[in-house]
Amino acid sequence: MGFGLGDALATDRLSTAEAALGGGLKVRVDQGAFDPQQFLASVASHDVPDVVHMDRALIGGYAARGALVPLTDCVRDEHIDLSNYYRPAIAESTLDGTVYALPDSYDSRLVLMDDTVLKADGVSPGQLDTADWNGLRQATAKLAQSKGGKLTRIGFDPKIPEFFPLWAKANGADLISADGRTAELNDPKAVQALAYAVGLVNEQGGWAKLKSLRDSFDQFGSDNEFVKNQVGAFPMEDWYVNSLAGTTPRIDLGTSVFRARDGQPLDWTSGYGWAIPKGAEHLKAACTFIATMTSTKAWVHAAEAKAKQVRDGGGLYTGDVTGNIAADRIIEKDVWKPTGKPAFDQATRTLYAIAPKAFAVPANSAGEEFQNAWQSAINRVLSGEQTPRQALDQAQAEAQSALDLANEERR
Amino acid sequence: MTRKQNGPRTANRSGRRRETLAAYGFISPWLIGFVVFTAGPMIASLVLSFTDYDGIGHTHGVGLDNYRQLFQDPNVANSLLNTLVFTVLRVPLSMAAALALAMLLLRAGRASGFFRTVFYLPVMTPPVAVGILFLLLFNGNQGLINHVLGMVGIPGPSWTTDSAWVKPGLVLTSLWSVGSTVIIYLAALRNVPQELYEAAELDGVGPWNRFRHVTLPQISGALFFTLIVNTIASLQTFTEAYTAFFGSTNSQTYSSDAALFYVVYLFQEAFQYMHMGYASALAWLLFLVILAITAVQAKLSKRFVYYEGDPR
Repeated sequence: MGFGLGDALATDRLSTAEAALGGGLKVRVDQGAFDPQQFLASVASHDVPDVVHMDRALIGGYAARGALVPLTDCVRDEHIDLSNYYRPAIAESTLDGTVYALPDSYDSRLVLMDDTVLKADGVSPGQLDTADWNGLRQATAKLAQSKGGKLTRIGFDPKIPEFFPLWAKANGADLISADGRTAELNDPKAVQALAYAVGLVNEQGGWAKLKSLRDSFDQFGSDNEFVKNQVGAFPMEDWYVNSLAGTTPRIDLGTSVFRARDGQPLDWTSGYGWAIPKGAEHLKAACTFIATMTSTKAWVHAAEAKAKQVRDGGGLYTGDVTGNIAADRIIEKDVWKPTGKPAFDQATRTLYAIAPKAFAVPANSAGEEFQNAWQSAINRVLSGEQTPRQALDQAQAEAQSALDLANEERR
Repeated sequence: MTRKQNGPRTANRSGRRRETLAAYGFISPWLIGFVVFTAGPMIASLVLSFTDYDGIGHTHGVGLDNYRQLFQDPNVANSLLNTLVFTVLRVPLSMAAALALAMLLLRAGRASGFFRTVFYLPVMTPPVAVGILFLLLFNGNQGLINHVLGMVGIPGPSWTTDSAWVKPGLVLTSLWSVGSTVIIYLAALRNVPQELYEAAELDGVGPWNRFRHVTLPQISGALFFTLIVNTIASLQTFTEAYTAFFGSTNSQTYSSDAALFYVVYLFQEAFQYMHMGYASALAWLLFLVILAITAVQAKLSKRFVYYEGDPR
């Protein structure tokens, strides 16, 4: 449940996993995004799938309620070396010291730039340094364009609410304690980071205008925001580089890392994980399946298949970052090759360099409720209903109450 | 003598019993459906509303705690207010639009059948598609609506991102599915006796007064029916707002409080936060609100609605 078979990376790994299970079991994939309603209905009716593929941010919430099987026995029986997976991805899948999911994807955040826009406005990539808040504000003002009261180009899109953990971390704040029990949403440094990011939005005409323009982007098409020069720069998940390489390989793309205020490179990671629901009929096979799907061998084989598919189609293979460290080393060294497009090659190199240094928001028992608390708070600030302090104070109270309730109910 | 009288009576009684059994047989599919899919879940949700059921199995009785929490939860008041504002805006507007279209259709002559189909077709559009359509048409920057407004010199607002314009935008989008109401009004308009119009015309009554004093009273039954149905549907509105503002990873990060309708919040509590017990209490509050509003409308309707054969 929750797994798509959109590319060779998925179909090839599925074939490897099916082979590992032998001929005794037939794997049926319920394609599409993970659907909480469908999952809860299946749990309530005691008719659960054997494995689920879900956002790691949800793992803690379901684990706390006893909906997922701890993977302790699975890890032991399948001789899974957890150090093969990126540490932040394992942290996102671990509640109270127990691992509940094996990391699948591993999304990093890069800063993407439209070099055509930067050159035209005389802004150097160095001026879009997220460590230098004053400099970034000035460069943003220079790049942003309006016409007839409408924003026609975003200078720098801070990508809030969704990337708020990155801004908070850059200013030295975590949204939640490492044990996932105490919300830290109204940390003064988080408030300051939010005030700055919202300020960037307001200085470009405000949220309504910025979001309207962002919503009008043909993000995955051949008329995307780089082709139409609708944005100067913005932080973004790495998979978007892949998408751009497929649709518009000729764009003048620039990439850099997001930096904390002390100048250090900063990467926030998130992604999907494989978990086994409580009541799964074929526990052992489920364990074999998820171990194989996330194994070095399966990832490398799938990356080779995908690289071939992309290159045969005349496209640019920009590499794959998985949840598996050993697989990534092999893919970077043996499967990926420079494409001849310096911007895309630079993006791939940057990505492989920063992935091991990423941080993740620790797993917590309130799951989506915790996430919605800070996202709604930021929306209230963006729409002018509350100040950053008021909104994050309210979010802190909501999130802590949700965490306390979920921890209290934990069996 | 007694025997002679009892014979036909017994036969009648057994005939009636057979008829009754046959009637029950005919309505049994509906009855079974009602018990299994409506009454059963309603009773289950009433029971769950007194528990902390999380949808997974963990359940303890919590008495009236969930109902007490309803009055302390700011999202309940906010979502209820959003829903009521949406209903107050949408119901009269959709009824007026439907009536206007039905009156146009009445004059369409032979083409009436074609236009009737055209107006009804959008009703078949899945509400999820309508939600996406809303984002495309009402985009403040490049949407068709603002483009058209711009052609007549009106600077359109940011319908999808400005809190003040989110609900009006959703109301206008909901007019997309006004077709079913149009069909009901068209049927009602065709039933208005022509002699009433002729008599009014002979008395020198103008078009507006004919509409006001003949048409409206004559179709008041249909108007009342659609008022009730549209009000209930508006109070339960979900899909379009959910699709546009909460349904996908992209949209849920901008979950505009202005589009947080009551059923959207209920859904979040039930399936995203796994507070199924609390969500059940939310559902019962909505049921009571709908019941109260419908009762008030029914009470008021006695003064305005004319039914055929009514002595008044």
